[in-house]
Amino acid sequence: MREITILSGKGGAGKTSVAAAIASVVQNAVFCDNDVDAADLHLIFNPKIKERYDFDSGTVAVIDPDVCTNCGLCAEHCHFDAIHPNAVEQLEVNPFQCEGCRLCERVCPENAIESVHNNNNHWFVSETRFGKLVHAKMGPGEENSGKLVTEVRKKAREIAAEINADFIINDGPPGIGCSAIASVTGTDAVLLVIEPTLSGLHDAKRLIELVNTFNIPLFAVINKFDLNPEITAKVDAFLKQNNIPLVGQLPFTTKMVESMVHGKTIVEFVPDDSISKEFYSIWKKIISN
Amino acid sequence: MKIAVASGKGGTGKTTVSVNLYNIFGKYYEKDVQLVDCDVEEPNDAIFFGNPPLISQKDVHQLIPKIDVDACTFCKKCVEWCEFNAITVIKNLQFSEISNDLCHSCGACIVACEYGAITEYPQPLGVISHFDTGEGKGLTEGRLEIGSAMQTMLIKEVKKEVSQKSKVTIYDAPPGTSCPVVETVSDADYIILVTEPTPFGLHDLKITVELLKDIEKPFGVVVNKAGLGSNEVYDFLKENNIELLGKIPFTKEYAANYAAGDILKNIPKEIEATYRSIVEKLLTKPSLQ
Repeated sequence: MREITILSGKGGAGKTSVAAAIASVVQNAVFCDNDVDAADLHLIFNPKIKERYDFDSGTVAVIDPDVCTNCGLCAEHCHFDAIHPNAVEQLEVNPFQCEGCRLCERVCPENAIESVHNNNNHWFVSETRFGKLVHAKMGPGEENSGKLVTEVRKKAREIAAEINADFIINDGPPGIGCSAIASVTGTDAVLLVIEPTLSGLHDAKRLIELVNTFNIPLFAVINKFDLNPEITAKVDAFLKQNNIPLVGQLPFTTKMVESMVHGKTIVEFVPDDSISKEFYSIWKKIISN
Repeated sequence: MKIAVASGKGGTGKTTVSVNLYNIFGKYYEKDVQLVDCDVEEPNDAIFFGNPPLISQKDVHQLIPKIDVDACTFCKKCVEWCEFNAITVIKNLQFSEISNDLCHSCGACIVACEYGAITEYPQPLGVISHFDTGEGKGLTEGRLEIGSAMQTMLIKEVKKEVSQKSKVTIYDAPPGTSCPVVETVSDADYIILVTEPTPFGLHDLKITVELLKDIEKPFGVVVNKAGLGSNEVYDFLKENNIELLGKIPFTKEYAANYAAGDILKNIPKEIEATYRSIVEKLLTKPSLQ
């Protein structure tokens, strides 16, 4: 079993569209949406939810104004600058700044602070026309998205072992922070989707540096390669320099967006188009490497 | 006034809108405008100013606790206090250690330890740079150390470095809807949500709207790449009484200019007019007076 994580550094490079297209060409795989912050793969996969789980993202402190003496010890100890006086000069915790470390609760001499669990995050195991999908829905403004990524990936691996799947395809998050780190850790390969723009290249370089610290092999696909040939040549040269195999180049086509509007992968939407054939070739190159 | 530019989905045009607004403000409305790149995982506002001269730069550090094993009594109080499971203490092996990857630097273990066995040392978190952009008061950028999962902490540090006296501050937010985004918009007076008229764009717009309603921030929407995808986003805005601040049409030519990082110098007349009308709408907002 091989686990392949699709990443880009920059958002909007085409990770989800590529993940969906790969779903149309791969056999016997489990899919996992690692972009728990703004998950979109389900919009194409149309999943039938079979199992539903709560994810505990930790606690948030709440001050009881009837007990609090406004001594300020909690605010002094808080490393997240989450405790401030409100309009009536009563100390209050901003739940969005609070990281749930409970230090304020422990240092409060009046026991005026309580930590409340937050179960605003859910994740699911679903049936889809491509096979099983593990995906999540985070509550807005939640913490610990990296931990939730780890959780959904764990489930995807369990399922893959159970059904003897050959592949796990992870649709990754943008960036290089906690969620991206959680989606790279322990994966077998990273498929980098890169758009030929200066920002796309800049962001991909930072991602590659991150992936290299884990010693995980990388493959690259250039999306919208015909947008700006000069920058595409730069991207191509950079990949060569860094020994990252370029496994495919996808042209800019409005059909990509149209397929999304129809809830289909590009391969389902225009099976005979050259872009769909490119996906078969991309997949072949990945598995033969 | 502080204006944050955000979007759930990556690649919708946050940076494009941010750098253009900054430019238009500086050119026509207010010279005392500053731009702050809060997408610390993948900062690329600077690309659009073509290697702007650096005015100042500083390294920022995160304080990470470490245990002095000789002073440790292996009582495990720190383990009990750590809400992030970052500390391992094994008495029989005389072993105690804090995992940097899991530590949130909340300071609880230091308060917990009764033997003074835990001290803090600085670990690189990132670099904050201030660039001269010609017009306006310049660009402040946070750049996360590769491998660090503490992007939210760096955003906080970036904000400490930003002038509080500027008449207009524009924050370019990271993608998503979780803690780094909340941190970016937390002190903004108004938020511009940038979306694209595609199913992914709309889905992620909806969850971001949910977040902004939760934290009670006024906002309006800019539809970028108008003409691609479908009209569903406009129906959503109408049904929910959300103001459409402006529409920026998709053209392949503009996308090619973006690719080369060249969107400010040769801005098409109609696009400049759209940005001016967006700024004029912003200037009438009660929260921006």
